[in-house]
Amino acid sequence: MKTKKSIFFITYEEAQHICNKLQYGEATFWERVKLNFRLLWCRITNEYTRKNTKLTSLCEMADLKVMDDKKKDELKDMLNKQLSESKDK
Amino acid sequence: MSTNTLDPTKWIDNYADYLYNYSVSRVSDSDTAQDLVQETFLAALKSSNNYKGDASERTWLISILKRKIIDYYRKINSKKGKAEVRMSYNTDSEEEGNWMEERISDPYDGNAEDSMQNEELGIAIQECMGKLPVKQAQIFKMKTIEGYETEAICNELNITPSNLWVIIHRARTALTACLEKNWF
Repeated sequence: MKTKKSIFFITYEEAQHICNKLQYGEATFWERVKLNFRLLWCRITNEYTRKNTKLTSLCEMADLKVMDDKKKDELKDMLNKQLSESKDK
Repeated sequence: MSTNTLDPTKWIDNYADYLYNYSVSRVSDSDTAQDLVQETFLAALKSSNNYKGDASERTWLISILKRKIIDYYRKINSKKGKAEVRMSYNTDSEEEGNWMEERISDPYDGNAEDSMQNEELGIAIQECMGKLPVKQAQIFKMKTIEGYETEAICNELNITPSNLWVIIHRARTALTACLEKNWF
Protein backbone atom coordinates (compact mmCIF):
# COMPACT_ATOMS: atom_id res chain seq x y z
CA MET A 1 0.00 0.00 0.00
CA LYS A 2 2.87 2.30 0.93
CA THR A 3 4.51 1.55 -2.43
CA LYS A 4 1.33 2.38 -4.36
CA LYS A 5 1.05 5.72 -2.58
CA SER A 6 4.67 6.62 -3.37
CA ILE A 7 4.17 5.87 -7.08
CA PHE A 8 1.44 8.49 -7.44
CA PHE A 9 2.20 10.84 -4.59
CA ILE A 10 4.29 13.94 -5.25
CA THR A 11 4.97 16.85 -2.91
CA TYR A 12 3.76 20.38 -3.59
CA GLU A 13 7.32 21.40 -4.56
CA GLU A 14 7.54 18.51 -7.03
CA ALA A 15 4.16 19.47 -8.43
CA GLN A 16 5.37 23.06 -8.94
CA HIS A 17 8.49 21.76 -10.70
CA ILE A 18 6.45 19.54 -13.03
CA CYS A 19 4.00 22.37 -13.67
CA ASN A 20 6.89 24.66 -14.68
CA LYS A 21 8.28 22.01 -17.03
CA LEU A 22 4.79 21.54 -18.46
CA GLN A 23 4.69 25.22 -19.46
CA TYR A 24 7.65 24.56 -21.77
CA GLY A 25 6.44 21.18 -23.00
CA GLU A 26 9.19 19.38 -21.09
CA ALA A 27 7.17 17.29 -18.63
CA THR A 28 7.13 13.56 -19.34
CA PHE A 29 3.92 11.57 -19.65
CA TRP A 30 4.43 10.01 -16.23
CA GLU A 31 5.09 13.42 -14.63
CA ARG A 32 1.85 14.73 -16.14
CA VAL A 33 -0.03 11.75 -14.73
CA LYS A 34 1.37 12.42 -11.27
CA LEU A 35 0.58 16.13 -11.49
CA ASN A 36 -2.99 15.43 -12.62
CA PHE A 37 -3.41 13.00 -9.76
CA ARG A 38 -2.37 15.69 -7.29
CA LEU A 39 -4.61 18.24 -8.97
CA LEU A 40 -7.59 16.00 -8.09
CA TRP A 41 -7.28 16.72 -4.41
CA CYS A 42 -4.89 19.65 -3.78
CA ARG A 43 -6.46 23.11 -3.98
CA ILE A 44 -3.11 24.92 -3.61
CA THR A 45 -1.58 22.99 -6.51
CA ASN A 46 -4.67 23.80 -8.55
CA GLU A 47 -4.26 27.49 -7.81
CA TYR A 48 -0.54 27.43 -8.64
CA THR A 49 -1.18 25.59 -11.92
CA ARG A 50 -3.98 27.98 -12.87
CA LYS A 51 -1.80 31.07 -12.34
CA ASN A 52 1.23 29.50 -13.99
CA THR A 53 -0.78 28.52 -17.07
CA LYS A 54 -2.28 32.02 -17.17
CA LEU A 55 1.24 33.52 -17.14
CA THR A 56 2.20 31.34 -20.10
CA SER A 57 -0.84 32.41 -22.09
CA LEU A 58 -0.24 36.09 -21.25
CA CYS A 59 3.37 35.83 -22.46
CA GLU A 60 2.12 34.24 -25.69
CA MET A 61 -0.55 36.91 -26.13
CA ALA A 62 1.96 39.73 -25.61
CA ASP A 63 4.16 38.24 -28.36
CA LEU A 64 7.30 39.54 -26.67
CA LYS A 65 10.48 39.93 -28.65
CA VAL A 66 14.09 40.47 -27.74
CA MET A 67 16.69 42.40 -29.65
CA ASP A 68 19.34 40.42 -31.45
CA ASP A 69 22.41 39.84 -29.21
CA LYS A 70 24.81 40.94 -31.96
CA LYS A 71 22.91 44.20 -32.33
CA LYS A 72 23.05 44.71 -28.57
CA ASP A 73 26.81 44.22 -28.57
CA GLU A 74 27.14 46.69 -31.45
CA LEU A 75 25.06 49.23 -29.55
CA LYS A 76 27.13 48.71 -26.39
CA ASP A 77 30.37 49.29 -28.31
CA MET A 78 28.93 52.36 -29.95
CA LEU A 79 27.69 53.85 -26.68
CA ASN A 80 30.96 53.11 -24.90
CA LYS A 81 32.87 54.76 -27.73
CA GLN A 82 30.66 57.84 -27.57
CA LEU A 83 31.01 57.96 -23.79
CA SER A 84 34.80 57.78 -23.86
CA GLU A 85 34.90 60.45 -26.59
CA SER A 86 32.72 62.78 -24.54
CA LYS A 87 34.96 62.21 -21.49
CA ASP A 88 38.07 63.08 -23.51
CA LYS A 89 36.59 66.40 -24.60
CA MET B 1 13.33 66.98 -5.55
CA SER B 2 14.79 65.01 -8.48
CA THR B 3 16.22 61.66 -7.46
CA ASN B 4 16.71 59.89 -10.81
CA THR B 5 20.11 59.70 -12.43
CA LEU B 6 21.38 58.44 -15.77
CA ASP B 7 23.71 55.50 -16.19
CA PRO B 8 24.33 55.04 -19.95
CA THR B 9 26.62 52.03 -19.34
CA LYS B 10 23.55 50.01 -18.28
CA TRP B 11 21.11 51.27 -20.89
CA ILE B 12 21.49 48.35 -23.28
CA ASP B 13 21.11 45.65 -20.62
CA ASN B 14 18.22 47.37 -18.88
CA TYR B 15 16.20 48.99 -21.66
CA ALA B 16 17.16 47.66 -25.11
CA ASP B 17 14.51 44.91 -25.14
CA TYR B 18 11.88 47.16 -23.60
CA LEU B 19 12.45 49.91 -26.19
CA TYR B 20 12.69 47.35 -28.99
CA ASN B 21 9.30 45.82 -28.10
CA TYR B 22 7.76 49.27 -27.90
CA SER B 23 9.26 50.21 -31.24
CA VAL B 24 8.58 46.97 -33.15
CA SER B 25 4.91 47.04 -32.14
CA ARG B 26 4.61 50.46 -33.76
CA VAL B 27 6.68 50.14 -36.92
CA SER B 28 6.13 46.41 -37.57
CA ASP B 29 9.62 45.97 -38.97
CA SER B 30 12.50 44.51 -37.00
CA ASP B 31 15.34 46.38 -38.72
CA THR B 32 13.59 49.75 -38.54
CA ALA B 33 12.76 49.11 -34.88
CA GLN B 34 16.43 48.35 -34.12
CA ASP B 35 17.54 51.49 -35.95
CA LEU B 36 15.06 53.58 -33.99
CA VAL B 37 16.33 52.15 -30.70
CA GLN B 38 19.90 52.92 -31.76
CA GLU B 39 18.95 56.50 -32.68
CA THR B 40 17.17 56.83 -29.33
CA PHE B 41 20.23 55.84 -27.33
CA LEU B 42 22.46 58.18 -29.34
CA ALA B 43 20.04 61.09 -28.97
CA ALA B 44 19.70 60.37 -25.26
CA LEU B 45 23.47 60.40 -24.82
CA LYS B 46 23.76 63.69 -26.67
CA SER B 47 21.06 65.35 -24.60
CA SER B 48 21.95 63.74 -21.28
CA ASN B 49 22.92 67.17 -19.92
CA ASN B 50 19.28 68.23 -20.31
CA TYR B 51 18.00 65.37 -18.14
CA LYS B 52 16.55 66.89 -14.99
CA GLY B 53 15.86 63.66 -13.15
CA ASP B 54 12.12 64.29 -12.69
CA ALA B 55 11.16 61.21 -14.71
CA SER B 56 12.73 57.78 -14.48
CA GLU B 57 15.48 56.88 -16.92
CA ARG B 58 13.13 54.52 -18.77
CA THR B 59 10.32 57.07 -19.07
CA TRP B 60 12.80 59.60 -20.43
CA LEU B 61 14.15 57.12 -23.00
CA ILE B 62 10.62 56.16 -24.09
CA SER B 63 9.74 59.83 -24.61
CA ILE B 64 12.77 60.16 -26.93
CA LEU B 65 11.82 56.96 -28.77
CA LYS B 66 8.26 58.29 -29.28
CA ARG B 67 9.72 61.37 -31.00
CA LYS B 68 11.89 59.14 -33.17
CA ILE B 69 8.86 57.06 -34.21
CA ILE B 70 6.91 60.21 -35.07
CA ASP B 71 9.90 61.46 -37.12
CA TYR B 72 10.06 58.10 -38.89
CA TYR B 73 6.40 58.28 -39.95
CA ARG B 74 6.80 61.93 -40.89
CA LYS B 75 9.69 60.97 -43.13
CA ILE B 76 7.87 58.16 -44.93
CA ASN B 77 4.82 60.40 -45.27
CA SER B 78 6.79 63.22 -46.81
CA LYS B 79 6.82 63.52 -50.61
CA LYS B 80 10.43 62.35 -50.82
CA GLY B 81 9.80 59.54 -48.37
CA LYS B 82 6.70 58.37 -50.26
CA ALA B 83 8.71 58.26 -53.45
CA GLU B 84 11.48 56.27 -51.75
CA VAL B 85 9.06 53.83 -50.21
CA ARG B 86 6.98 53.51 -53.36
CA MET B 87 10.10 52.73 -55.38
CA SER B 88 11.13 49.96 -53.02
CA TYR B 89 7.53 48.75 -52.75
CA ASN B 90 7.22 48.46 -56.50
CA THR B 91 10.42 46.51 -56.90
CA ASP B 92 8.72 43.45 -55.42
CA SER B 93 5.68 43.50 -57.62
CA GLU B 94 4.30 45.06 -60.76
CA GLU B 95 1.01 45.82 -59.11
CA GLU B 96 0.15 49.26 -57.78
CA GLY B 97 -0.87 48.45 -54.22
CA ASN B 98 -2.10 50.50 -51.33
CA TRP B 99 1.45 50.81 -50.07
CA MET B 100 0.94 53.11 -47.11
CA GLU B 101 -1.85 51.05 -45.59
CA GLU B 102 0.19 47.88 -45.99
CA ARG B 103 3.25 49.51 -44.42
CA ILE B 104 1.46 50.60 -41.30
CA SER B 105 -1.36 48.10 -41.20
CA ASP B 106 -2.15 46.15 -38.08
CA PRO B 107 -0.07 42.98 -38.29
CA TYR B 108 -2.53 41.05 -36.16
CA ASP B 109 -5.76 39.55 -37.39
CA GLY B 110 -7.62 40.84 -34.36
CA ASN B 111 -9.11 44.30 -33.99
CA ALA B 112 -7.29 47.45 -32.93
CA GLU B 113 -8.51 47.14 -29.35
CA ASP B 114 -7.03 43.65 -29.05
CA SER B 115 -3.65 44.70 -30.37
CA MET B 116 -3.63 47.74 -28.08
CA GLN B 117 -4.42 45.50 -25.13
CA ASN B 118 -1.61 43.12 -26.16
CA GLU B 119 0.75 46.06 -26.38
CA GLU B 120 -0.17 47.19 -22.88
CA LEU B 121 0.21 43.63 -21.69
CA GLY B 122 3.66 43.47 -23.29
CA ILE B 123 4.65 46.67 -21.52
CA ALA B 124 3.33 45.33 -18.19
CA ILE B 125 5.32 42.09 -18.60
CA GLN B 126 8.46 44.01 -19.57
CA GLU B 127 8.07 46.25 -16.52
CA CYS B 128 7.68 43.22 -14.26
CA MET B 129 10.70 41.55 -15.88
CA GLY B 130 12.65 44.74 -15.21
CA LYS B 131 12.09 44.17 -11.49
CA LEU B 132 13.55 40.66 -11.54
CA PRO B 133 17.19 40.01 -10.58
CA VAL B 134 19.36 40.17 -13.72
CA LYS B 135 20.06 36.43 -13.90
CA GLN B 136 16.40 35.48 -13.43
CA ALA B 137 15.33 37.92 -16.13
CA GLN B 138 18.03 36.66 -18.49
CA ILE B 139 17.11 32.99 -18.05
CA PHE B 140 13.38 33.67 -18.23
CA LYS B 141 13.87 35.59 -21.48
CA MET B 142 16.05 32.87 -22.99
CA LYS B 143 13.61 30.12 -22.05
CA THR B 144 10.25 31.82 -22.57
CA ILE B 145 10.75 34.44 -25.25
CA GLU B 146 13.67 33.11 -27.26
CA GLY B 147 12.63 29.48 -26.77
CA TYR B 148 16.08 28.04 -26.02
CA GLU B 149 16.33 24.39 -24.99
CA THR B 150 17.18 23.74 -21.34
CA GLU B 151 20.47 22.09 -22.31
CA ALA B 152 21.53 25.05 -24.46
CA ILE B 153 20.93 27.54 -21.64
CA CYS B 154 22.76 25.32 -19.14
CA ASN B 155 25.75 25.03 -21.47
CA GLU B 156 25.86 28.74 -22.21
CA LEU B 157 25.50 29.90 -18.60
CA ASN B 158 27.32 26.96 -17.04
CA ILE B 159 24.50 25.97 -14.69
CA THR B 160 22.81 22.64 -13.97
CA PRO B 161 19.23 21.87 -15.11
CA SER B 162 18.15 21.87 -11.43
CA ASN B 163 19.54 25.39 -11.03
CA LEU B 164 17.77 26.46 -14.19
CA TRP B 165 14.38 25.19 -13.01
CA VAL B 166 14.80 26.80 -9.59
CA ILE B 167 15.57 30.14 -11.28
CA ILE B 168 12.65 29.71 -13.70
CA HIS B 169 10.35 28.91 -10.77
CA ARG B 170 11.43 32.04 -8.87
CA ALA B 171 11.10 34.22 -11.97
CA ARG B 172 7.63 32.87 -12.79
CA THR B 173 6.43 33.26 -9.20
CA ALA B 174 7.69 36.86 -9.04
CA LEU B 175 6.22 37.69 -12.44
CA THR B 176 2.84 36.22 -11.53
CA ALA B 177 2.77 38.26 -8.31
CA CYS B 178 3.77 41.42 -10.17
CA LEU B 179 1.20 40.87 -12.94
CA GLU B 180 -1.50 40.11 -10.38
CA LYS B 181 -1.01 43.64 -9.09
CA ASN B 182 -0.81 45.27 -12.51
CA TRP B 183 -2.79 43.10 -14.89
CA PHE B 184 -4.87 40.10 -13.69
